[in-house]
Amino acid sequence: MTSLPRNPGPVKLGLVIDLDICVGCHACAVNCKEWNASGHSAPLTDSDPYGADPSGVWFNRIHTFEVVQDDGNSRTVHFPKSCLHCEEAPCVTVCPTGASYKRAEDGIVLVNAEACIGCKLCSWACPYGAREYDADAGVMKKCTLCVDKIYNENLEPRSRVPACVSTCPAGARHFGDLGDADSEVSRLVAERGGYELMPEQGCKPVNRYLPPRPKQAPEPPPAGEAPAAEVAPAGLLARWVDRMLSH
Amino acid sequence: MHPAKSVILFTTASGAGYGLLAWLGVLAALGLLPAERWLGVAGFGIGLGLVVLGLLSSTFHLGHPERAWRALSQWRSSWLSREGVAAVVTFLPVGIFALLWVVAQTNSGAAAAVGLLASVCCAVTVACTAMIYASLRTIRAWSNAWTLPAYLALSAFSGALLMNLLLQLWGLPLARAFGWAVLVLAVLSGAIKLGYWRSLASQEGASTAESATGLGGAPGGRGGSPGGGSGGGQGRVRLLEAPHSESNYLLQEMGFRIARKHAAKLRRIALVAGFLLPIVCVILGLALGGAVPAVLAALAAVAAMALGLAVERWLFFAEAKHVVTLYYGESRA
Repeated sequence: MTSLPRNPGPVKLGLVIDLDICVGCHACAVNCKEWNASGHSAPLTDSDPYGADPSGVWFNRIHTFEVVQDDGNSRTVHFPKSCLHCEEAPCVTVCPTGASYKRAEDGIVLVNAEACIGCKLCSWACPYGAREYDADAGVMKKCTLCVDKIYNENLEPRSRVPACVSTCPAGARHFGDLGDADSEVSRLVAERGGYELMPEQGCKPVNRYLPPRPKQAPEPPPAGEAPAAEVAPAGLLARWVDRMLSH
Repeated sequence: MHPAKSVILFTTASGAGYGLLAWLGVLAALGLLPAERWLGVAGFGIGLGLVVLGLLSSTFHLGHPERAWRALSQWRSSWLSREGVAAVVTFLPVGIFALLWVVAQTNSGAAAAVGLLASVCCAVTVACTAMIYASLRTIRAWSNAWTLPAYLALSAFSGALLMNLLLQLWGLPLARAFGWAVLVLAVLSGAIKLGYWRSLASQEGASTAESATGLGGAPGGRGGSPGGGSGGGQGRVRLLEAPHSESNYLLQEMGFRIARKHAAKLRRIALVAGFLLPIVCVILGLALGGAVPAVLAALAAVAAMALGLAVERWLFFAEAKHVVTLYYGESRA
């Protein structure tokens, strides 16, 4: 049904993404595509994949931003973005057919491909670009939070996390219940000042982002050691002798 | 936003069709129109024809047009669904009114009541169309107080120009008074459109690249987070590297930019063709008198309005900036 669940349960499954750790390797996007190409919303159609104008459906995209500070310094932040499984999901309420829905039991937002008419209005309503149209199938597709993986009892318990989380080589992605204040992810959010994207849009996203930690100032050289500059003018042989004797 | 031809045709054609049908109901209820069979055939033929053309074209952009009936189910939350329901419901009073007029040749008394009901249904359907756009918070150019009045006024105005053509064709005495009403509507709807464009220029979007990423802590974003990325200072966020080298659905649908380059020129075309030329034509029609020149002037007014409205609607989509573009290099939306 298109209306949001009247009595949403306490469970709010979602992702916590650590922007301090993410190295922008795109492995999460690749493994997402890999799993979901045969998952709940399969296939994730590609058109002209090896041609001049390739395009295709992805649930996860990794942007890279530069934050330019007032003092002229800047830093690079890799920024993975997928569906945030909003509590007030506008993509759900605009859906005219009821194909788009939010599960009461865990808050996952899904699309029923059998009922979707491919009007694309949900993608207009989503501020985050989480929904992509599969022109081949004629329906909308989106992150399922690997609903076909996280509850899969054929998998080892440690593998029952979304594909993007299990593959992240840096450990920048966390999965859990953000509705439970004592869960590991909720504690991470509390400790690190995790935040939501575009709160002014009023969608109440469940996913949280952990900000990059402040830059460390370079450590001053320990006192008492001879500054390196005094050695520099010496000749090659003198420097070699100095190094041998210093050991 | 990508201006899909099917949606432009749908909103303009069905808007004009509903406008004409609404005028037939209102003018008949006021006792100003004769229940003449061929006037009815022409009026309902053009009105319903435009509506059906629009509704059909709106299904062209669907991935699964054969499932369109499902769109009638979620009227509790979705304006698109409400529009579908309203469009279907409207056929009932319009159909009965049309039959009474064309077959029984009556448009007064009970028939007039049905006609008025049909007019109300037409207005509700156009309002639902407008609310589909006005309810999207992601697009500042749409989610404002101008969208609903603009759709209603343009529907009434374009329908009135069609009504004017019929009145001139049938040489009805009402044509004179109605011509003045059309002029008032032209000025009113043109003013709404100008006000809309002015408000677009004067308001800034609430969302920024900083609020979209939560980085930087600049105004509009979140204030300096505990241990925030900007090291306590203010920072500007810019896209360093796009997530994909080629275009994708989001950029094709939401990243449309061409219009903004030509916006000023296109707005002038929309104003001249959509409002100024119809005003001149209607005044000419009033001044010339005589059957043939008046009909030709009314026809020219309709043709100019059709071009102007198409440009206006194209701009409505193409000029609208979606907040998702903040993840693709825009700084404010």
